[in-house]
Amino acid sequence: MRIVKLKKENLNVFLEAVSAGSELWAPVRKGPKHAFAPVQDLGQIELATTRTILPPKKLMVPPSFTMFTMRGSEYRETLSHVRRRILFGIHPCDIHGLLILDKLFMQNFPDPYYIEARKATLILGLSCWPDEHCLAKWTSTHVAEEGFDLFFNDLGDVFLVFIGSSKGDDIVRLKPDIFEEKVSDADIQSYVKWQKERDAAYRPGFDFVTMPRLMELKYRDPFWEKAEKACLACGGCSMVCPTCNCYNVADRKIPGDRPGERIRSWDSCTLHDYSLVAGGENFREMKRSRLKLYYTHKLEAYMSKFGKPSCVGCGRCVVTCPVGISVKSIADALEGKPVDAFWNTSSMEARP
Amino acid sequence: MTSAPATRETRVNSFMPEPMRIVRMYNLTPDVKFFQVRAVDIDRAMTFDYKPGQFAMISLPNVGEAPFCISSTPTRPGLLEFCIRKAGSLTSAIFRLKENAVLGVRGPYGNGFPMERMEGKDVMLIMGGMGVAPLRSVLLYCLDDRDRFRNVTLLNGAKRPGDMIFRDEFLALKQREDLDCHLTVDGDDTGCWCDNVGVVTTLFRCIKPVDPENTFAVVCGPPVMYKFVIRELLELHVPKDQILMTLERRMKCGVGKCGHCAIDYVYTCLDGPVFTYWDVIHMRELI
Repeated sequence: MRIVKLKKENLNVFLEAVSAGSELWAPVRKGPKHAFAPVQDLGQIELATTRTILPPKKLMVPPSFTMFTMRGSEYRETLSHVRRRILFGIHPCDIHGLLILDKLFMQNFPDPYYIEARKATLILGLSCWPDEHCLAKWTSTHVAEEGFDLFFNDLGDVFLVFIGSSKGDDIVRLKPDIFEEKVSDADIQSYVKWQKERDAAYRPGFDFVTMPRLMELKYRDPFWEKAEKACLACGGCSMVCPTCNCYNVADRKIPGDRPGERIRSWDSCTLHDYSLVAGGENFREMKRSRLKLYYTHKLEAYMSKFGKPSCVGCGRCVVTCPVGISVKSIADALEGKPVDAFWNTSSMEARP
Repeated sequence: MTSAPATRETRVNSFMPEPMRIVRMYNLTPDVKFFQVRAVDIDRAMTFDYKPGQFAMISLPNVGEAPFCISSTPTRPGLLEFCIRKAGSLTSAIFRLKENAVLGVRGPYGNGFPMERMEGKDVMLIMGGMGVAPLRSVLLYCLDDRDRFRNVTLLNGAKRPGDMIFRDEFLALKQREDLDCHLTVDGDDTGCWCDNVGVVTTLFRCIKPVDPENTFAVVCGPPVMYKFVIRELLELHVPKDQILMTLERRMKCGVGKCGHCAIDYVYTCLDGPVFTYWDVIHMRELI
């Protein structure tokens, strides 16, 4: 891999040059949190952030968008969400999230809506420092080996810039004078030191490899009932998950002469009507079975298909769930640890 | 490390419905209609290949899209047939269409029945109510290529005679000597039903001796039916992985993206809708 060096003070010079003709998206402040948003002024970009509210999947498959416009019996494909974009500041866990979505959306009946948006987006990754909710070290997603055009590793005054694609190489050559070809021994030492300290900063996690078997062994464990009582079935965990890909499709009829639209929008398997079929039969009437489906997908399903979990350890479910149900607390419960999060909910009744 | 760029011209949109014209439609029961459709593009009509047990997404602009099993057989190419029960807004809108109207169809999707594995074996088809819709494809496939299968046994149950989809066709099949066809109704409100009365499992009394190791049983019906039918089949020692069933789920995409048909770690639209009884034991929430 070609690796170059960039002085931190030159970052904006580079971003300015590279974003000509494209939308630049980066983490910006949103209340007490951060969100990926189009950047007007480079001063808005926050370099030292943890997770954004929503993962970058929102750029590839927006929360709601039009697949087709329809007139008579004609369907016309629309790709109105596809735009030339530069996504700067995406952390390794989110890069892994996109790699998992790539498998889902790009293989086996390719999804043009995802693919076109993905192709139009340059991925400029950025190293990060974990907080107490990050699990990426335990999902082996704290380092990105692929899935980016450039990856900026922050070493204080400079970035080590890993070039991950031919396009990435092109954009580095837009401003050849600000990138140094020579990476010194001192830079390498400083990178190794950074990486060691960063890895040590992760809180103790859990062993994902054991999760598929534990999911099977503890499928009827009483802790699921407690989780069920606590779960609000709000779907928040799915909205914020970088690898939750489920969606719903509904037609919107527009009054008057305008063509109707077929709308695709994010959905969640934790919502009541998710497994409803014709005639009113609901295969997952109870929250318990919907929760189990969600966590089967996060902790088990991908392990058997791809050899790694579909959880990328970003910690968004941990900080989002209002009642403390997350990959972390479910994994703790599966490992037999006491889980405070949804332990004291005995006053709540089980509801569908 | 390079991939061919998909241009607008060559790229296929997996979600784009193909226009198909309703050639023929008529009532099967008060709430089930039969639809025969053909791709508007005649070349496509002849190349639309599928397997019994596969399904297609039927779509009406401004109304919606839903999965329907294909009831016709690929041994009779050119036309696709569907049995559709009026259950919601989309099916109600489809019911209001007239012959010659154009529908959007995409597919075929799903794994379908393992017809090659069933060749040279006995085939038992056990169906109830709307379960006829997917199993009719298997039945016609076997009958069109009758020599490739050994004994074919058909057990079909409906609530009342008026609810039996393709009742006249099934009654006619009873005349055939190369098929063991048994029909039943839960109750006869017509007074002129001259076949068995009782649930579909009561028909197991009427069948010829079964050679279980060489039998494939195909089951489709309302959820309540499976437990009792499977019990009968296990008592006959039909191997668990030779008991086949096709499942209903409400796919939004049909191609493994939307997640709605997820069961455990499989998608009904890609890994199903045909599963074996062993799958049912092995995975959870299948039936």
